Amino acid sequence: MLKVALLYPDLLGTYGDAGNALVLVERARRRGYEAEAIAVTMNDELPDASLYLLGGGEDGPQRLASDLLAATSLAARLRDGAHVFAVCAGLQILGEHFSVEGNDRYAGLGAFDLSTTRGATRAVGDLVITAGAHTLVGFENHGGVTTLGVGLAPLGTVKRGRGNDGVHDGFRTERAWGTYAHGPVLALNPWLADEVLVSVTGDEMAPLASVADRLYAERLASLSPRGA
Amino acid sequence: MALAIFADLLGILSKGRTIIAVSGTNGKTTTTAMVAQGWDVGTVTNDTGANMPAGHVAALASSGTHVALEVDEAWLEEVVARTSPAVIVALNLSRDQLDRAGEVRQLAERWRRVLGGAAGVVVANANDPLIVYAAETASRVVWVDVATAWRADAQSCPHCTRALVFEDDSWHCACGFKKPEALAARLNDDAFVGEVRYDLVLGIPGEFNRSNALMALVALGAIGVDLQEAARRIVAITTVAGRYAQRSWRGRHLRLLLAKNPAGFEAMLSVLGPEEHDVLIAINARVADGRDPSWLYDVGFERLRGRRVWCLGERRLDLATRLWYAGVDAEVVDDDAAVLESNATSLVANYTAFSDWIARTSPC
Repeated sequence: MLKVALLYPDLLGTYGDAGNALVLVERARRRGYEAEAIAVTMNDELPDASLYLLGGGEDGPQRLASDLLAATSLAARLRDGAHVFAVCAGLQILGEHFSVEGNDRYAGLGAFDLSTTRGATRAVGDLVITAGAHTLVGFENHGGVTTLGVGLAPLGTVKRGRGNDGVHDGFRTERAWGTYAHGPVLALNPWLADEVLVSVTGDEMAPLASVADRLYAERLASLSPRGA
Repeated sequence: MALAIFADLLGILSKGRTIIAVSGTNGKTTTTAMVAQGWDVGTVTNDTGANMPAGHVAALASSGTHVALEVDEAWLEEVVARTSPAVIVALNLSRDQLDRAGEVRQLAERWRRVLGGAAGVVVANANDPLIVYAAETASRVVWVDVATAWRADAQSCPHCTRALVFEDDSWHCACGFKKPEALAARLNDDAFVGEVRYDLVLGIPGEFNRSNALMALVALGAIGVDLQEAARRIVAITTVAGRYAQRSWRGRHLRLLLAKNPAGFEAMLSVLGPEEHDVLIAINARVADGRDPSWLYDVGFERLRGRRVWCLGERRLDLATRLWYAGVDAEVVDDDAAVLESNATSLVANYTAFSDWIARTSPC
């Protein structure tokens, strides 16, 4: 059973972030896997899961989510091999520290070597990055500037938008993904959803044609420099 | 420059008039129409949907002492400061156009400052914790007990961020923040203002519109309008700015429904009849809509399983993808003529898509 735990949709679900859980579970089920999404609200115990998802959230809820998660076994589970996919505020929470207002400094989980300060401006708009052979399309809406430690690789290179710092977006390890492309980024990028499923299941994924492929092609065309 | 002029004009044009201002994420156009209709036939109002100061100034150019103003959530501060409304109706606050309007809790914080300093009566929804947070420091507040189905933006307490506890008809937080107890009006099968019952069987659909009607009645009650008469006028409304009305397109009759955000969509999908197997939904993502349609994943489209949705608008592929993941039968309509192959009688559209369909249809 593929268990996808959606962490605190009541705090980190501002931008349709639950869509990522839906997309992963549906893409697995339609290929014959047993899969379920578990919504973990702020009064629940952290369940066993193959993959943990963290979404975006507003400032107060982000701080609360970080405090709540620090009291759980999430960081230990990630060290022990659990997978994580984190978006926006969720990405910041996984790092050493983040700022939500002015120059404050809030402790994150310290699960990954990254830290976030407040940028001079908010980044609001389309985000396009190249990640290996793929292009990721999404939308960002955040005030953070994230710096990765020297040993931590970004998810990709920014072609449009800001991402972490205008150059790179997110981070990537063998079992973890982070990006500022918020909300249902996996709905817009079926290739990335399948990359996550391959990593979590250890299996190759059979092709799964759907209108999501047409959506990805359309977004890619409309956001590419020539199409813009 | 232009904005400063509008602000000054607002102050000048509102002098000597009684103003009821209506704001909130959803229902403000309909509630404003109900206030205007229930008040008297000569009520001055911005019924074109222009709900920022330029639109208010245009409306106030008409003569008449009774004024019902729909106010964009982000402009409430300016409008209250300039026009000193006798009544401010605070409907609800939920996520909407996050790229443009910012996050909803920041908006609630701003509203708290505005309403806390307002001289007029604040008519506020007691079941929306963000509204209660915004209105609780107002000097004259009237709480209305109307249903609020959308709570995804108020799961954590606006005072202390702990989890709010929702029970059948109340809510509270461990810190003491809770649903107000002094309720001036309530809505279940019947509508009551104080102990007086009012007949609110509306000419437009949706339980949420009964809530809007009660908010409008309470606002009118605050300035001494005869409410039985106002209620009779309000229930006679059958369309608001083209919404809910039957419109004609290439010989077909369509009912146009506006839904701009998750809470609005949840409300509008509840209006679809069980016999409506085919449904048209049109989605755009222009500036006025919010350029990011991520919110489609906050709408419980799963409830449309068993129906067939015809996906229209510039972001129809985003919609069709959302529906594919929801297990809902979806047709992508690249050529609008294909709509004629459907049996749909309702079209649900977000803001600019709705405007497009109003423009291309005509009244029946």
